[in-house]
Amino acid sequence: MSSQLKILVADRQIVRPGDILAVVEQKIQRPSYNPEKHVYIYEDKIISTVLGLASVNDNDISVIPLEGRYFPRVGDTIIGLVVGVGITNWLLDIRAPYKAVLNAGEVIENFSPITTNLRDYIDVGDYIVAKIAVFDRTRDLLLTVKGKGLGKITEGIVIEIEPSRVPRVIGKKGSMLNLLTSKTGCNILVAQNGVVWVRCKDERSSEVVVRAIRLIESRAHMRGLTEHVRMFLDKELA
Amino acid sequence: MIEKPVLIRDDGLRHDGRRPDELRPIKMQVGILKNADGSAYVEYGKTKVVAAVYGPREVHPRHLALPDRALIRCRYHMAPFSTSDRKSPAPSRREIELSKVIREALEAVIFSELFPRTSIDIFIEVLQADGGTRTTGLTAASLALADAGIPMRDLIAGVAVGKVDGVLVLDIDELEDEYGEADMPIGYAASIDEIMLLQLNGVLTLEEFRRAIELAKEGARKIYDQMKKTLHDKYLKIIEK
Repeated sequence: MSSQLKILVADRQIVRPGDILAVVEQKIQRPSYNPEKHVYIYEDKIISTVLGLASVNDNDISVIPLEGRYFPRVGDTIIGLVVGVGITNWLLDIRAPYKAVLNAGEVIENFSPITTNLRDYIDVGDYIVAKIAVFDRTRDLLLTVKGKGLGKITEGIVIEIEPSRVPRVIGKKGSMLNLLTSKTGCNILVAQNGVVWVRCKDERSSEVVVRAIRLIESRAHMRGLTEHVRMFLDKELA
Repeated sequence: MIEKPVLIRDDGLRHDGRRPDELRPIKMQVGILKNADGSAYVEYGKTKVVAAVYGPREVHPRHLALPDRALIRCRYHMAPFSTSDRKSPAPSRREIELSKVIREALEAVIFSELFPRTSIDIFIEVLQADGGTRTTGLTAASLALADAGIPMRDLIAGVAVGKVDGVLVLDIDELEDEYGEADMPIGYAASIDEIMLLQLNGVLTLEEFRRAIELAKEGARKIYDQMKKTLHDKYLKIIEK
């Protein structure tokens, strides 16, 4: 935004819909409204649209929501649950307001609907790690499993968390996730739609990981959360 | 015929001891229902209302989906036990109308164009009715939407102004509504200073109408501040734990 802002809130302060976050003092050009920042511009004010935490960066302001469902974006890595098998595709529930489609050609080479039964590859109830390939808001979204680490989940455990807590479980530049993996030695994948896949060597550490994730989820807006989780892990793993 | 009760006493106070510009005691809570995406419970005196919000989610039946924005559905309903005489649970003419006006007030603040082909479902259930159920319901629905994380331009606070025995009074209750001369519920978004709902039953002069709007805005601002505080406190409590 190429305008001078007078910011009225502190960084990481709890804000609510309708809260005035900043006043545009010098209008060089009309500032644009970006829905992904969860703010909008009304007259000369920048107002929050959701319940969340303010994020102040130099001359820019946005809100990190504390509530809300997952809304898909192209390129997101997600974990979906297979809920239907068609002739040429699978239907997946990815906890979004839209059904997701995974085409058989993504999984099977030289796919022919006459000779193959899709249930032999992926069946209802399986979890799939996938990327969102196409989403243009007018049709159901398309998934792809072509890429490193994508495909059917065959081991470990899958848990669901609030999608709004995903950024906290990952942490700034992955700090929280690094802490969890390095302390427990587990392999953890946090999908954008709030599904977490945990693979551990033993049951004890996977149980600790799940409890740590639940802790992060319930205290998502606490300051010094990483330190808190570090203490929790040290105590539990000792 | 029951005799009309004294609505404005000799000392200038109302039948329940309130000043003309005084609200009933208001209580609010958010996040009270586990299965809903967002929920709220609001009390205006003896009026008690629960609101639940689901969505954005897939639209059922599918043909109702809108290609460019979310479909917002709202159901205002009074529980059979909410009134002194049992109310039939079937939606009445009045409930259908109130569902519509509350939905239209909320449509004006929700960024529905962010969620095409989805639905946002709002359920307002009146548990106990003592006047001002639509305004209480609107306040509760607005809180529940915020609790569900749905992007909105502002919160809406609902409050009614009435005219009883020639005096403009804030937040009228059942008795004042029944025997008063006018009842004007409004829904007010305080930060952007816009009125989202306005109805008037009865007769006010132009001058009275202007004063009534000012009185309602003032009352709504107090409710609005309490709504903001309620949302803030939900997270403050968890931090303190």
